[in-house]
Amino acid sequence: MNYEAVIGLEVHLHLKTKTKAFCGCSTEFGQGANSQVCPVCLGFPGSLPVLNKLALDFAIKAGLGLNCTIQSHTKFDRKNYFYPDLPKNYQISQYDMPLAINGYLDIDIEGKTKRIGITRAHLEEDAGKLIHKDSESWVDFNRTGIPLLEIVTEPDISSPQEAYEYLSCLKNILEYLEISDCDMEKGSLRCDANISLRPKGAKELGVKTELKNMNSFKGVKDALGFEIERQARALENGEKIIQETRLWNIKSMETVPMRTKEEAQDYRYFPEPDLPLFLISAEKINEINTSIPELPRQKLERFVHDYGLSEYDAKIIVSSKAFALTAEKLIKKWPNKIKKPLVNWLCGPLLSEANSRNLSPEEIIIPGGDDELIDLIIAQEEGKISHLIAKTVFTESIATTTLASEIIKKKNLFQISDTDSLNAMIEEVLKDNIKSVADYRAGKTNAVMALVGQMMKKTGGKANPKLVQELLKRRLENA
Amino acid sequence: MELNKLTAHELIGQLESNKIKPDDILSSLKQRIQSINSKVKGYVRVSDLLSPQLEARSSKLPLKGIPVSIKDNICTEGYNTECCSKILTGFKPPYDATVIKKLKAAGATILPIKTNMDEFAFGSSTENSCFGPTHNPWNLDCVPGGSSGGSAAVVAADEAIVALGSDTGGSIRQPASFCGVVGLKPTYGRVSRYGLIAFASSLDQIGPLTKDVEDNAIMLNVISGYDPLDSTSVNIPVPDYTKTLGKNIKGLKIAIPKEYFISGIDSEVKTCIEEAINQMKQLGAITKEVSLPHTKYAVPVYYIIATAEASSNLARFDAVQYGLRVKAENLIDMYKKTRDQGFGDESKRRIILGTFALSHGYYDAYYSRALKVRTLIKSDFDSVFKEFDCIVAPTAPTTAFKIGEKTNDPLQMYLSDIFTISANLAGIPAISVPCGFTKKELPVGLQIFAKPFGEEIILQVAHTYEQATLWHKKKAKL
Amino acid sequence: MEITKDTVKHVGHLARIELQDKELDTLSIQLKSILDFIDQLKELNTKDVLPTSHILPLNNVLREDECRDSLTTEKALQNAPQKKDNFFVVPKIIE
Repeated sequence: MNYEAVIGLEVHLHLKTKTKAFCGCSTEFGQGANSQVCPVCLGFPGSLPVLNKLALDFAIKAGLGLNCTIQSHTKFDRKNYFYPDLPKNYQISQYDMPLAINGYLDIDIEGKTKRIGITRAHLEEDAGKLIHKDSESWVDFNRTGIPLLEIVTEPDISSPQEAYEYLSCLKNILEYLEISDCDMEKGSLRCDANISLRPKGAKELGVKTELKNMNSFKGVKDALGFEIERQARALENGEKIIQETRLWNIKSMETVPMRTKEEAQDYRYFPEPDLPLFLISAEKINEINTSIPELPRQKLERFVHDYGLSEYDAKIIVSSKAFALTAEKLIKKWPNKIKKPLVNWLCGPLLSEANSRNLSPEEIIIPGGDDELIDLIIAQEEGKISHLIAKTVFTESIATTTLASEIIKKKNLFQISDTDSLNAMIEEVLKDNIKSVADYRAGKTNAVMALVGQMMKKTGGKANPKLVQELLKRRLENA
Repeated sequence: MELNKLTAHELIGQLESNKIKPDDILSSLKQRIQSINSKVKGYVRVSDLLSPQLEARSSKLPLKGIPVSIKDNICTEGYNTECCSKILTGFKPPYDATVIKKLKAAGATILPIKTNMDEFAFGSSTENSCFGPTHNPWNLDCVPGGSSGGSAAVVAADEAIVALGSDTGGSIRQPASFCGVVGLKPTYGRVSRYGLIAFASSLDQIGPLTKDVEDNAIMLNVISGYDPLDSTSVNIPVPDYTKTLGKNIKGLKIAIPKEYFISGIDSEVKTCIEEAINQMKQLGAITKEVSLPHTKYAVPVYYIIATAEASSNLARFDAVQYGLRVKAENLIDMYKKTRDQGFGDESKRRIILGTFALSHGYYDAYYSRALKVRTLIKSDFDSVFKEFDCIVAPTAPTTAFKIGEKTNDPLQMYLSDIFTISANLAGIPAISVPCGFTKKELPVGLQIFAKPFGEEIILQVAHTYEQATLWHKKKAKL
Repeated sequence: MEITKDTVKHVGHLARIELQDKELDTLSIQLKSILDFIDQLKELNTKDVLPTSHILPLNNVLREDECRDSLTTEKALQNAPQKKDNFFVVPKIIE
């Protein structure tokens, strides 16, 4: 039988505040165990929570960025359960009046746009970290109380690839909003998935499993892929799917049932008496709305429309907010109507330069700035220097903080397009490469490329390769 | 002169004129504690009194080094704070409650030994303490009331100058009434709860227990005010509560709620209250009977809301970070054994009740309904305060009962809070002042309520009445 | 309403309190009588009444995102029943 997958994702996100959600302890990552704790986040008897204003603002901002309705009244509730990483044995969370509801996010899948519904986004506090030893567990409460935004989708996702796209888009938006590091390695973004199968076209939902312990977007994709196959196989064999939590094991690349005995959870939610209601005014929403920058999707559309960029190039450029800003500045300065040569440079040499230095493209300091880069690209376009030389000069210019134009002048790297001197050199090359010449004449026309290569070598890359090829062909055919 | 018998305002006067030093007060208190605490048992962990760090603070600040006694559920940095529960054995908070900071900043000396209480403030008799019961100074066979029974008893027995208690359903006022002292539960949000080990967060307030109304006003001046560490503390100015003392109450409109004079009220108590009301009329107040129709629902509403919140607040006592740990092979056994052995019977009963009320399938029938009836109780008071300045009623239906009399019947015990619980549910301030004695020489308390932040009027009425009757001058014979 | 020993046992598990058989007996009887007493709330029509979860008309109580001093690790751990290398230590987690 053919099955379709029904997938919903639950993302937990650390908000990038300086201090925790309900106390003034620092949220900095990687500090000594239990060094960023106070009576409040340790849940010491008598301590009380006070909400961090920026955490609330960030949560509203995220809600708006995900096209949610921000509720005019919102409150916190206690979610009661015992676990040693939860100092009060209840988590301050939001139950029936979440901050944001009914949003969506558009993703591109197989050339089409698909809308993934967002059920809700709510604010809560993170738990601590447990380190499991043989016969005991160690607890560090530094992470306890860091503001978390939980973003829950509708079961609108139907493939592992869609889940991957959703997560990438979500991360991209959140980075544009500058409210989270979205670093799965540091645990500042975590994702759980719910998945069930049903016969294609069926309306009724199948029994779902909850997948946890994925520590990358690829992990989410792989875990879902595995689970679809596992469930399909089980259904084919007439087995029943058990509603359970399964953990992704990255080593064996499979999901395995959580070992603990699962009881029906009864969280006994009730309104948090220590935190009065929060009213979110239309003015507040407006104020935050105006602080929301152009988001990647809009930016991409604009780049395609206004600058004639290809979707492919535009996607690369908007994948980082800072890169997009740098790129647009250059695009605006570019004097020609056709932007392609510049964009090729942005997504080519500039990006690889950044990658090789482990920097973001906007962090590359170009001696002489944007204008120098533009002049360099124009020089290449006009044939004054070869593409190869342009790239080498660019790298050298950055490494030595010397103007590209100076390097070209000093080393006399201008492209040789003078037919006479090129022809003279061609004669020498032909003499030294009798085999290639013979090959060519025997019909292996590709041999000309070897000869072009020799010419480039001879001129230190300065020869105009197009012209050299033309001259070579003419010479070989004429004699 | 026995300095321990004096009030704070009397002592402040003597300190100001340099007749005495703060250490004199402390040593007279120490002497008194050493001679009678074994009878009254109002303080716990008494050996800590010999703590070498204890020194009276000589101070130019308003409280001039006056010693203050603190209930065992208010955090004092470095001094044990155990809520009289085995589960918090040895717990030394790493911080001071806001009220303690305020007292220190006003020049008070904090006593290192704490006053006895019902475990986690669960009770009305101070019998549910892991240290054993406190005895009523007026009759050692009787309870001092609760849960702040220790604080009330030590003030009544002159083992303290002033004390702090906490009041979730009457835990300051009912023991004040049983011990013949003045006890005030401020408006919810008037005094910071930061550092008060929570019983029911939406009901708890810290307040003073004192020998007279003036001391109560002095203490309230110090402990009141907005606290950025407590989201439920209210940012409105604190008046000087001693200013209105002595102002007459002519023309003041006092409501007498008829529901407080029926079911189960002791006839001697009733007589005392009626006489007090007559006295107020003579002082120029206008009194009129009113109805607070939802009064009888206060106890059931309270026992749902308070236990539900408590079940969650007490979940943190899990042997991970502090307090008792019963050794076990695995985590869940450690939790269950520690909480079995660490909590007393009443605590278990309330945690179970509260957990049940919040559990799946019962929330709407119990918790949600209780919150709605709470709204009705609050609006009863709102409508009375549209017309009246305050409400006067008995603090408790009876005087102090015998130790052991109600321990086997939790419901009967709960009903002894019947007149005090409504003020917590409505969030309004209320005081208990002595208003006479029964034939058996047990004190009776008069309760005065006002609208939110109406502490000035409460203190003014209480003070005028107190000065006209002088019940507070009578001392227990010990 | 009927409160069985099993109900009390289940609630005890939710609250992580081990209850002895005798306690289960007493508690189920006591809870029944308390809940019967509480059931008088059902006399009231509360259909159109709004619940009061906070008695104060307060809202939007917030703090700025500013650091306050944390406890020293030593102070944070001073009450710990078991600790090692600045961590709190608990027995093996099996459920």
